[in-house]
Amino acid sequence: MKRWLPVLLPIVSIIAGVSLWDLVVVLSHTDIFPRPHEVLLAIGELISRGVLFNYIIASLFRVGVGFTLAALVGVPLGLALGWFRPALWAINPIIQILRPISPIAWIPVAILWFHVDDRAPIFLIFLASVFPITVSSIAAVQNIQPVYVRAAENFGLRGFALFRRVIFPACLPQILTSLRIAMGIAWLVVVAAEMIAVNSGLGYLIIDARNAGKRYDLVVAGMLMIGLIGLFLDFLIRQLETFDEVKWGYSQRN
Amino acid sequence: MDKKGPTIQVRGLRMNFPGKTAPIAVLENIDLEVFRGEFVCIVGPSGCGKSTLLNIIAGFFEPTSGEVLINGTQVSGPDPQRIFVFQENGVFPWLTVEQNIGFGLDQLSPQEKAPIIQRYVDMVGLNKFEKLYPRELSGGMRQRVEIARALAANPDIIYMDEPFGALDFLTRLKMRTDLTRIWQEERKTILFVTHDIEESVQLADRVIVLSPRPGKILKDLTIDLPRPRDLDSSAYLETRDEIFHTMGMSLRVGSDQDSPGGSTAIESGRPSTASL
Repeated sequence: MKRWLPVLLPIVSIIAGVSLWDLVVVLSHTDIFPRPHEVLLAIGELISRGVLFNYIIASLFRVGVGFTLAALVGVPLGLALGWFRPALWAINPIIQILRPISPIAWIPVAILWFHVDDRAPIFLIFLASVFPITVSSIAAVQNIQPVYVRAAENFGLRGFALFRRVIFPACLPQILTSLRIAMGIAWLVVVAAEMIAVNSGLGYLIIDARNAGKRYDLVVAGMLMIGLIGLFLDFLIRQLETFDEVKWGYSQRN
Repeated sequence: MDKKGPTIQVRGLRMNFPGKTAPIAVLENIDLEVFRGEFVCIVGPSGCGKSTLLNIIAGFFEPTSGEVLINGTQVSGPDPQRIFVFQENGVFPWLTVEQNIGFGLDQLSPQEKAPIIQRYVDMVGLNKFEKLYPRELSGGMRQRVEIARALAANPDIIYMDEPFGALDFLTRLKMRTDLTRIWQEERKTILFVTHDIEESVQLADRVIVLSPRPGKILKDLTIDLPRPRDLDSSAYLETRDEIFHTMGMSLRVGSDQDSPGGSTAIESGRPSTASL
């Protein structure tokens, strides 16, 4: 019985949640908000029109590019700032000022710089994920057990060798955690990013379905797809945390 | 290099740590010589600065005044010829046992590394554990990995800072036996810091006894007992008692006699800065 609970309980709660949703819609006599089966039909409609797959690919492409750029900038920048104190003193105020600005506030700037092609949403997704990655990478370097650095220096490691053989592997568990969090944020802002006049993607689907005829079944279908794909992305990136080279950093969570 | 001369020389060494109002004197007037191939233990009460002394000798800290010479050359920092074994275990958790042991052999090819790694895996008794990660090992085994990593780099000197402090009593006894055997095979110079008087008498050729903070050398005692050491022999017990008395401690738990200076002085004052 106990062994089945971790599988059984989520299924029960999802069924309960969907039933509650259906009940509330029926009782409220609304014409606008869809019932669960109508959302499933809407997903079927998107598949038969041949747009669902294209929209998912378009959104994943933008998030993938924006997030990868953020990781390529944020990880090295964070590690460097964490290691060289004067660089941190110089750069950190700029990071701390830019960090609280919502990516949505950047939309006018993004349109000004990149017009309305794919680069604008990619830029917004990059902005949303680069700061958490940078800040966590700084913290990762600052939290290294001093004994690892001292042992490495004792073996004569300096400069890039010290970085490659000790600093980077020592920081890797925390870096992966920060990438996971940043991936969540990047996926979160895909809707806002696709509000800019692109004409594909799950975010565009939601805005377009609302504007063109109040098709709330399509709106909720888009929302559901975003949720499911977000779950899948998190599952994928979680798999990185099971590698032996980083597993030591998560031992308390086994 | 003079083979007969001391390999480690400490001259007029003092160390102060910054305090809230005035600097705190941690070590005072330390003069010390260690000869090639010797096994020397430094004992002293908690917070006496023995660990600080070892860190200065190893080049991790700079002394307030005085100097440390290795083979006649002043120490300016840590060096692969002198490997430090850390109290808190410095084995890298992202590397396997064999990758850790081979860490100091990076300039060698894999074919050259393999037999060296195997030799030290055998020496510390970690066969069949080569592919495991440190998190899969016990505390004693992790400490063996660190000792093997130090030995594999073939240093002249090994510094050990309470390496068995976190281990249970039986594991500690076994580690001491094994360390003595390894030292007899390899004949490295070992400078070993401990607060455990029995440990020092079991291991060392010479025991340096430090006073409570600020640490001064109270006694430099040659341990002339043959190895393997009989822990029941009267000579062992006499040597051990001599050190206890030097440190002003009674061997009778609960008695208030025969404790010149009082054992309370031993535990007094343990600033976090001094227990580095």
